[in-house]
Amino acid sequence: MSELRYEAPESVSAAVALLAGAKGMARVLAGGTDVIVQMETELIEPELIVDIKKIPEVRGISAENGGFRVGAAATGMQICDHKEFARTWPGVIEGVKLIGSIQVKGRASMGGNLCNASPGADSVPPMFTAGAIARVVGPKGVREVPVEQIPTAPGKTSLAKDEIVTSFFFPARPKRSGDAYQRFTPRTEMDIAVTGVAINLSLDDKGVCTAARVAIGAVAPTALLVKDAGAALVGTKVDDAAIEKMVAAARAACKPIDDKRGTKEFRIEVTGVLAKRVAKAALERALANK
Amino acid sequence: MAHDILDNSGFSADRKLKIVGTNPIKHDGWDKVTGAAKFSSDIVLPGMLVGKVLRSPHAHAVIKSIDTSAAEKLSGVKAVVTRADFPEIKEGTPYGDMTRMVIAREKVYHEGHPVAAVAATSESIAKRALKLIKVEYEVLPHVIDPVEAMKPDAPVLHAYMRTKGAKPGDAKVWADKASNVVERYELGVGDVAKGFAEAEFVVEHVYDTKPMHQGYIEPQSCVATASEEGEVELWCCTQAPFVYRDRLSEILKMDSSKIKVQQSELGGGFGGKTAFYAEPIAIQLARKARRPVKITFTRSEVFRGTGPVSGTQSRIKIGCRKDGTITAAEAELVFQTGPYSGSAFTNAPQAMFTRYDLPNVKTVSYEVVSNRPKVASFRAPCVPQVVFGVEDVMSELATKIGMDQIEFRLKNAMADGATTIYAEKFGKIGFIETLEAAKNCEHYKSPVPKGCGRGISTGFWFNRGGETSSSLQVAPDGSVTITLGTADVAGSRISISMMVAEELGIPVDKVRAVLADTHQLGFNRVTAGSRTTFSQGVVLVDCSRKVIKEMAGRAARIWKVPEEGVMFEDGMFRPASTNVGEFKPLSIADIAKQTTNTEGAIAARSDMNVTGAGPGFGCHIVDVKVDEETGFTEIVRYTVVEDAGKAIHPLQVEGQFQGGAVQGIGWALNEEYIFGTDGKMQNPGFLDYRMPVASDVPNIDTIIVEVPNPKHPYGLRGVGEVPVVPTMAAIANAIGNCIGIRPRSLPMSPPRLLKLLKEKKGKA
Amino acid sequence: MKKHHITLSVNGDDYDALVEPQQTLLDTLRDTLMLTGTKEGCATGDCGACSVIVDGTLQCACLMLGVEANGAKVETIEGMAKGEKLHPLQKAILEHNGLQCGICTPGVLMAAKALLERNPDPTETETRFWLAGNLCRCTGYDKLIKSVLVAAKEMRGA
Repeated sequence: MSELRYEAPESVSAAVALLAGAKGMARVLAGGTDVIVQMETELIEPELIVDIKKIPEVRGISAENGGFRVGAAATGMQICDHKEFARTWPGVIEGVKLIGSIQVKGRASMGGNLCNASPGADSVPPMFTAGAIARVVGPKGVREVPVEQIPTAPGKTSLAKDEIVTSFFFPARPKRSGDAYQRFTPRTEMDIAVTGVAINLSLDDKGVCTAARVAIGAVAPTALLVKDAGAALVGTKVDDAAIEKMVAAARAACKPIDDKRGTKEFRIEVTGVLAKRVAKAALERALANK
Repeated sequence: MAHDILDNSGFSADRKLKIVGTNPIKHDGWDKVTGAAKFSSDIVLPGMLVGKVLRSPHAHAVIKSIDTSAAEKLSGVKAVVTRADFPEIKEGTPYGDMTRMVIAREKVYHEGHPVAAVAATSESIAKRALKLIKVEYEVLPHVIDPVEAMKPDAPVLHAYMRTKGAKPGDAKVWADKASNVVERYELGVGDVAKGFAEAEFVVEHVYDTKPMHQGYIEPQSCVATASEEGEVELWCCTQAPFVYRDRLSEILKMDSSKIKVQQSELGGGFGGKTAFYAEPIAIQLARKARRPVKITFTRSEVFRGTGPVSGTQSRIKIGCRKDGTITAAEAELVFQTGPYSGSAFTNAPQAMFTRYDLPNVKTVSYEVVSNRPKVASFRAPCVPQVVFGVEDVMSELATKIGMDQIEFRLKNAMADGATTIYAEKFGKIGFIETLEAAKNCEHYKSPVPKGCGRGISTGFWFNRGGETSSSLQVAPDGSVTITLGTADVAGSRISISMMVAEELGIPVDKVRAVLADTHQLGFNRVTAGSRTTFSQGVVLVDCSRKVIKEMAGRAARIWKVPEEGVMFEDGMFRPASTNVGEFKPLSIADIAKQTTNTEGAIAARSDMNVTGAGPGFGCHIVDVKVDEETGFTEIVRYTVVEDAGKAIHPLQVEGQFQGGAVQGIGWALNEEYIFGTDGKMQNPGFLDYRMPVASDVPNIDTIIVEVPNPKHPYGLRGVGEVPVVPTMAAIANAIGNCIGIRPRSLPMSPPRLLKLLKEKKGKA
Repeated sequence: MKKHHITLSVNGDDYDALVEPQQTLLDTLRDTLMLTGTKEGCATGDCGACSVIVDGTLQCACLMLGVEANGAKVETIEGMAKGEKLHPLQKAILEHNGLQCGICTPGVLMAAKALLERNPDPTETETRFWLAGNLCRCTGYDKLIKSVLVAAKEMRGA
């Protein structure tokens, strides 16, 4: 067991340099609601902790190009309390709201939720459907990466050892758009998703769906953007027949495991149930959002 | 020794009460809302070290060797202990088993079984030291499930074990070779063959329930010190300080008089803190390091290393006539106990049908060892698990004969004077009154809400008395200290203080209850089985009456009149009649003030083996709504009806009803231990061991029935156990009525219910 | 292990402390500063017994490193009553028997305080969901939730 080092740099470049120089395991500390638990339960024994919360740009939420830029370490409560963001992305907020208790959301961030790479992370499917873009900074500079390209397997990401996600960009969205996220857990709160579904869709003046993205969580090694499921809604009025097709595509994309949180069979079945409910919720929001 | 109070409690229904039946604030509450209360992990002593336990990664293995040399060399490590530091006691004896559960000797029997421990100057050093201990194991095949463990080819835990009560003709047990069945226990009455022959309807099903953890929020913690002379002091959170002392004496081979156990505030127990875990280890570390040692468990250690409740498999059969009269009942019950006996499984056959007056009953029960943490007590140990099945069969029979659920139970209800299967003749009991109250309550009479199902169930618990030793001292200012050797698991100090205040006619604020250490009083039995408020009531009312008698004598001497000339009324000593003379009445404080002028301190002590606990009965009514697409169950409305005898502090009584019911809701819906094929528990934390959170449950309505227990001065019956007994059955019955198929396996989690719903659709 | 020097304010008092880097704020409060009113039930953020308010935000003290609290303003249960005067939440929990064993009580009180500062008039459902991060095994939540609603009413002057 090596001595643990804690650093709290004040710039992204300093953070990146620390990570690049780490000899053993290094971990970025944002809200810490995963990292500290993993340390406490001795799942990980890092040599270096880089606390990024002293870096201003990872913490704020601001308007940008008609959309929003959200700091990777902005806390769940901060995001939920941002009225403009919450009004624009109710589905993302539904995901963020489900990241643990109020206490946990006082610390937990979307950056952490994404980079911890748990397949059941609640804010991740709605980020996928929102088309959020992660800003990734490393020694070679800045990359703008669609969020769905970040997690690669449970606990694994496409980030290099010396790269960090500093913020997310949520694009401007057309009128008559709506998103929603629901998950299934055996308890009403304080639980990890057994399955989760996010849908983001836009309608034209006649109520015909012009774009739709469907993402599922906790039913595969990573959250998945299911292109076929989105495509099933495009060009329709999101009627029952279209929803049925979308549900079938979502179920077909599930590659779940049996574990302590649920069985394969249950996860596939309930993913479809949620997909139907979430589609209706997203549609209702899109129709209301004139 | 005969005690008047046990023969004649002095209970009077007409007595006017000033304090009993009100809701004063708990005296220990102030410290608990300000953070000042001292729980065991809050205790810090000079020079104190941090102790940590090394646990087995295997479910079943022989320990070939333990090498602690590297750990001992680490700077800051002050002591390391292993099996070699504990006295050898023969395997297969009660204390031999106990010491082996504390720290493994020949074998480890479950994942998480302690193997070694260290004491160091900091937690990080202690953790590092554990990693330096090398243990060589020879891994053996393991068995987790008790039914699997009963099979002839199952891995055997203890080569020496022969089934107690094995009987030729029962193929499940044998006496000629080792078995995992600890005991076969038969209990019955009448002739079941005849009874079933008379039945017009018979229902029989198989049920299984899963172990649940008591789930107290405070992990076990203790601090031990050892003096140079060899005396030991132990601060810990416990429901049984005297039992700990005497067991420590046995397994550490020390005199009980050299062990002082001081209980701290207790952060929840529910039965789980009736047996020690790290306490003997902390003592041995402290003796070796010659410094105080604190061991506090992590939540994962609590789950992997401390006792859950027995899981069961049961087959239950009941027959009745068309008019609702039950003619016979039969049960076969299997209880999982962990690696060693101790499930208290005989409670189950004794209690499962008790509340119904049944002429013919046959039960056969088995207690089975397997490679999982040893079970510990929990509210009504082993009873809710089997009532889960009994009350389903009852409900199905009522439906079959077309009788109202409560009417069917009333038809068979035990009345005053009934004799139980375990040959106790009840006195005054309140089961019929409880059922009547349930039948007449608004909840039961209201229509079942749309989309919901309603279930009811009943339950019984013996309630206990037992050895209780307490003292009462009157201070010169007239205030009173009572010293208790029982534990306070949920606020019993206030209820006990109220009975003393009522007796003495003083405000409850003038009575203070303190928790004794084991040097201060005689042996007190464990606080469990709903015995404490009942027993302490008897003992301290006895103390109070002794003190009143003593004070009457003092008044007589102050007035220079005969003792019979003094009476005690409304907290004042007065002349018994005008013939005695004109004297200004004396208060308790007036007499206390003069103790130095009279015969010195006024105090009383009472040591009894308290009897006369009145049995408790309850009936639960619940409405649930099941999401048929996901299998998710919402508890929509819940009512607990229970006989408290007399509610000393009604809010406390309601709290027991509500807390028990919500624990039962967790057990019913989601709580379970999940083991991998490697025998390791996969959910040793609050995230995946799913206890109910505030948003999972509704308010729990309560109806306190009061059928006084004539054997108690205030008529009380214990109320702690019964509230969990009917819960799972009530919920299962409600789910069954909601979705049209009754689950018979716990937990009734969404995946299980969805599977049942699919099976039902498949059949339709 | 190399320790970090931190300064922080707890309930308005300034403290200096030396903390190991992996040590949580919970360990720092309990073991270093000897403020043991904040309780440990799980150390993984699942029970809420260690709820404290850091720079105005409710959080679990076990989910924050002590070293991160350098410069922070921390509120704990020890600062809730003002001298002898109990906070209305403390009073309501006492009067309505919203506690049994009392181990979850400090965390529940801090969480409830944060709720009422944000929403003086929560519904029962809002209160239950806000307190979902605070496990209580004794009360079944009934009297605990009622106590919070009673205190809210009193604080609103209603």
